[in-house]
Amino acid sequence: MVGYIIRRLFSAFLVILLTSMFVFGLFFLGPSNIAATFCQQSANGRCTQERLAVITKQFGLDQSVFSQYEEWAKGIFVGRKIQMGATYDCPAPCLGISYRDQTNVFDTLKKYYPATLSIALVAGFGYLFLGVLLGSLAARWRGTAADKSLVTVSLLISSLPYYLVLLLAWIYLYAIKGWFPVPGYTSPFDNPWNWVKGMCLAWLILGVTNSTQYARFSRGYMVEALGEDYVRSATAKGVSRNMAVFKHALRVAIVPVVTIFGLDFATLLSGTVFTEKILGINGIGVLAINSITNFDFPIIAATVLIAAVLIVVGNLVVDILYSFLDPRVRLA
Amino acid sequence: MTEVLDVERSPARQPNSQKEPFLVVEHLSVQFPTYDGLVKAVTDLSYSVDMGETLGIVGESGSGKSVSSMAVLGLHDIKRSRLEGSIRVAGKEIVGASQSTMRKIRGNEVAMIFQDPLTALHPFFKIGDQIIEAYRFHHNVSKRVARRRAIEMLDLVGIPRPDQRVDEYVHQFSGGMRQRAMIAMALVNNPRLLIADEPTTALDVTVQAQILDLIQEMQKEFGSAVIMITHDLGVIAEVADEVLVMYAGRCVEKGTTKQILTHPEMPYTWGLLGSIADVVGDVDKPLVPIPGTPPSLLNPPSGCSFHPRCVHRDKVEGNRCVEELPELRAGGAPNHLLRCHLTDPDAVFESEVKEEIL
Repeated sequence: MVGYIIRRLFSAFLVILLTSMFVFGLFFLGPSNIAATFCQQSANGRCTQERLAVITKQFGLDQSVFSQYEEWAKGIFVGRKIQMGATYDCPAPCLGISYRDQTNVFDTLKKYYPATLSIALVAGFGYLFLGVLLGSLAARWRGTAADKSLVTVSLLISSLPYYLVLLLAWIYLYAIKGWFPVPGYTSPFDNPWNWVKGMCLAWLILGVTNSTQYARFSRGYMVEALGEDYVRSATAKGVSRNMAVFKHALRVAIVPVVTIFGLDFATLLSGTVFTEKILGINGIGVLAINSITNFDFPIIAATVLIAAVLIVVGNLVVDILYSFLDPRVRLA
Repeated sequence: MTEVLDVERSPARQPNSQKEPFLVVEHLSVQFPTYDGLVKAVTDLSYSVDMGETLGIVGESGSGKSVSSMAVLGLHDIKRSRLEGSIRVAGKEIVGASQSTMRKIRGNEVAMIFQDPLTALHPFFKIGDQIIEAYRFHHNVSKRVARRRAIEMLDLVGIPRPDQRVDEYVHQFSGGMRQRAMIAMALVNNPRLLIADEPTTALDVTVQAQILDLIQEMQKEFGSAVIMITHDLGVIAEVADEVLVMYAGRCVEKGTTKQILTHPEMPYTWGLLGSIADVVGDVDKPLVPIPGTPPSLLNPPSGCSFHPRCVHRDKVEGNRCVEELPELRAGGAPNHLLRCHLTDPDAVFESEVKEEIL
């Protein structure tokens, strides 16, 4: 088990390393001249050759991609000093400083991440729970009107683009009807009630929308499990129908659903980007979108890196969880 | 070991204390409506089993053996099946009984051993926990007591180191061990009727013999009634007192094991006996299979459902085999019933068939 985790951690590290290199490469190989853009903006369109050269040097763009990457990657572990007009001290873990306002990227991420994690974790576990519950109930009463309408509604919601559902829900529930308070983030440690108030619309929309596909997955796996011999054996022992469904069948059906949940972690993160943007919650998604339009490379690189870390860790957790869920899987 | 086992014994458990046999099945029909039509899985089946007796039910795949026995436990989904007739367990009517009535009978008075223990046992629960669950469902005891009982049962069915095996999962057991665990689970509540649905089909012959011995020992110990469902006549010869031969959902022949194996009077039974390989026989002698395939239960053949495959059809006058369903009638020996139009099946058997199959 320990050996397995060490091996997995090693490969997880490789994935993160490659992702960061890839992002670096893409950014520099892309048809964009960061220095020129910044130069135009800062000098009101009158960008001289001298000014461009200064900015290029300041951003370190005159060096090769490899040495820039080396400098950047080294900073994560040991910290570095950054010359950008003035000298900025960037202690480990240093993800650089913003091109735009020279703030420390790591501090910026620390500021924005709680909102994103609040949305993602609560909505994520919410839709997993809701989906499995609805799916199991539908499988339990398979063929009834309730089951059929659940499947229909679920298909309908899943086939609409998420941002459309989100936008309509926001317009109707918040803007027109005013049933929900203003979306926004307050730290739950400062004021838990305001935290719930600001987040509830995001949880509701992201949670309900994504729960529909989990309801269909769960229903499918439950229907399959309910047809298995061991459920019949349980019934033959005298176990009640509900026990057979929610203990014997669900115990098996939950495994693939949790696996999908782990692999689908990226969807959850991209879902939060839309959610933040449309509901106007200042989270990492909004930060990333803004930095892409601003060519603020250090922030883009950092958000992608952290997203990669989250996805890799999510998958790792699911794989380890798997051996606890399914006793036939023995990790060695 | 015996102290706990004896707790549940009561005078009512002794054979012959009731007038009616423990299990009575009368005119049972089981049908499944499907998109293609009505599947008549079992039609007009009647039999009875008393305490201490073993009834063997034989027939090809799809002849209705398992379906009829699952009806005894009420395992068919009421919404997806139609049951008619009467099934009485210890005098209680099963057909149409409520789920709560059924739950008290299932696993307690009537238990079932399923065919494939790998799929019939839960893959994610420990063997012991599954036995404990079966026991605690019908006995109001603590987990500790139930666990002790589970270990005893595993010991009883011959599983070595039962105190360790109790915490293992089904995938850690060998095929024979799995079936033993299945039997332990079925017997944990001392059921008065044990239905064994092809309990040895997936096992090799030596393990098969052990499992059959085990079931017989258990039957002696608890005095229970046993229904042995199989397509293996060797198993029948070893354990059954009475045999019921099923074909296309109907009983086609019924009698004592000795009678059926030595004086079968129905062409389908002849075919079954003829297709058994004889280990000590002549290796060059070809096996005689029954021609054709089992009939569709959606559109069963007219008249006698065996007529399309029957080689003795020309011995019946007119076209009766095709047109008229033969009734169950008395055969050559007492309690021998058969469903055939042949006027003197025994004569045909003696002159034509006997040599081939015995």
